[in-house]
Amino acid sequence: MDFQLDDDQQALKAGMRRLLEGRFSLRDATDRIDRALWRELGDAGFFSLALPEAEGGVGLGLPEAVLVFEEAGRVLLPGPAVATFLAAGDVPGAATGEAVVTAVDGALVPWLEEADVVQGDTSGAVPLRSVDPLTPLHRVPDAGGLDRGALLYAAEQLGSAAHTCETAVQYARQREQFGRPIGAFQAVKHLCAQMLVRAELARGAVYAAAVTGDRLEVSAAKLLADDAAVRNARDCLQVHGGMGFTWESEVHLHLKRAWVRAELGRSARAAEEELAEALTEAP
Amino acid sequence: MDLTYTDEEEAFRAGLRDWLSLVLPELPAKPSPQDWPGRRAYDTAWQRLLYDAGYGEVHWDASPTQRLIFLEETEKAGAPYVGANFVGLLHAGPTIASEGTPEQRDRWLPPVLRGDEVWCQGFSEPDAGSDLASLRTRAWRDGDHYVVSGSKIWTSHAEVADWCELLVRTTPVSESVPKHRGITWLAMPMDAPGITVRPLRTLAGSTEFAEMFLDDVRVPVANRVGEENDGWRVTMVTLSYERGTAFVGEVVACRRVLGELAREARDNGRWDDPALRRRLGRLNAEFSALWRLTQWNVSEAQRTGGVPGVGGSVFKLRYSHARQELYDAAAEVLGTGALDLAHEWTLDRLSSLSYTIAAGTSQIQQNIVAERILGLPKGR
Repeated sequence: MDFQLDDDQQALKAGMRRLLEGRFSLRDATDRIDRALWRELGDAGFFSLALPEAEGGVGLGLPEAVLVFEEAGRVLLPGPAVATFLAAGDVPGAATGEAVVTAVDGALVPWLEEADVVQGDTSGAVPLRSVDPLTPLHRVPDAGGLDRGALLYAAEQLGSAAHTCETAVQYARQREQFGRPIGAFQAVKHLCAQMLVRAELARGAVYAAAVTGDRLEVSAAKLLADDAAVRNARDCLQVHGGMGFTWESEVHLHLKRAWVRAELGRSARAAEEELAEALTEAP
Repeated sequence: MDLTYTDEEEAFRAGLRDWLSLVLPELPAKPSPQDWPGRRAYDTAWQRLLYDAGYGEVHWDASPTQRLIFLEETEKAGAPYVGANFVGLLHAGPTIASEGTPEQRDRWLPPVLRGDEVWCQGFSEPDAGSDLASLRTRAWRDGDHYVVSGSKIWTSHAEVADWCELLVRTTPVSESVPKHRGITWLAMPMDAPGITVRPLRTLAGSTEFAEMFLDDVRVPVANRVGEENDGWRVTMVTLSYERGTAFVGEVVACRRVLGELAREARDNGRWDDPALRRRLGRLNAEFSALWRLTQWNVSEAQRTGGVPGVGGSVFKLRYSHARQELYDAAAEVLGTGALDLAHEWTLDRLSSLSYTIAAGTSQIQQNIVAERILGLPKGR
């Protein structure tokens, strides 16, 4: 047993972070997909990572997919990355990032109008005024089903949770009140410590689910990562005080995206019921 | 990231399972929680069985992964817990093994491993709990002895111990001697004149620990582990072991109890309550993740040569609260049955209250995480 990133995995994660860092500014981001970035991600193997090499893919597995989606979550990459990734073997152009693919996920369809290909039944789709300015949403009559992306959404939530924790800590070290950095006050310290605890617990769950592929572990990972992303964003906002409540601060974008992702993939209700039911089975 | 065990590790697991299946049916019944001499005899007999089978040193000598497997399998099989041997095997023993002289190792380690001698922990004092370095129990040099006076509290297993790992102040605090310096680690024989032990009753009704009053107790200088005034560093070695794999068996146990809770709720009709179901489902996710986090931390320790990392504080923070939430959920499942001390879960619920206090309160742990891991400034 060696439940740590190996050298290749560390290199992959670091490479993806370099590629995404500074590639787009959240302030300039809109609800349009940056097609050039999408293709660049395709060139880097982001969408084809799990495809066999014979099909033009990279031939890696779920653990590697989780690591790159964690990085996408850190920077709040806009666009239906999860659906495009899952369509890479089926929809022409998805693997290379030339085609933008979205899919019906429960009662929601993100990016319906921007996508080139939509998977699932979108009849009766009604646009929402999406709470997340960077994720256009449509609602469809609940078709249920498709939650293949649960683990990848969980990985994005993990990346967001880790990022908001780091952002809060950085701010708490710089921002001075009462003549000292606010991070010297226990009330702020304890908020930050709990953020790290949530992120690390989610990390254990997400990485393990990626290794085992076990359905219940995926549910646990989604549940804990949703929780970490939402609550860390809220705490990050709190640490930022009045600045955190402004549109210019990026904290609200993490919170809103976390809310959206929490409803995609597998909801907390579904995950909790599933995890509860499994407990009643004989040991 | 690899969660499969090596052939060697699987062989260790298989051998352990076989041995447990032979030994456990032959064990006598467990003594009552109040019967301390009985518990000492039972726990040390179990340690002797482990020793004779070659598992006596598993907490010190085995790889972190083997230790994980040992704790997982013994818990799953319902084997006795380390019990009265806790301090000797997990605190004093590893400390002496790492910091002691060859003579000290020869004198103290074999009896601990064979279950012949039991240790207690003389760290905390009435005014030095979470702020351990504020301890005031004094020791003066008198020839080849230290003369010790003061008092200790929360001294686990003091009633039945042969030895005490004792922290004393050998140099008073001053401008030139900060409180973390001037502390010395001594092995004190519990039959020395001048020691008075007064058991303390916990809110669960048992006498797990005691107050200890020390009145001119003479301890040979040869019993000092590490240098004089260097006890704080020695103690940090001890505490790092405590935060390493100390909770592995308990996480396995909590996952088992969670399953029992769900089946009890299904049988007594409370399963129809969706709020309860969702609560238990969330706890399932938490304990599953805590188990994975344990494997993560153990793998990290394995890579860094057995040194427990900072993950221990992160783990303990979440685990201690999750354990309390587990037994609060148990109370909801039991209804008025939760008010019956005859129920094991009621006693476990009461004892779970100590988890956010012992071995560093949650508030102290949050400071440790914030300052040492996140790098936030020291303050108040």
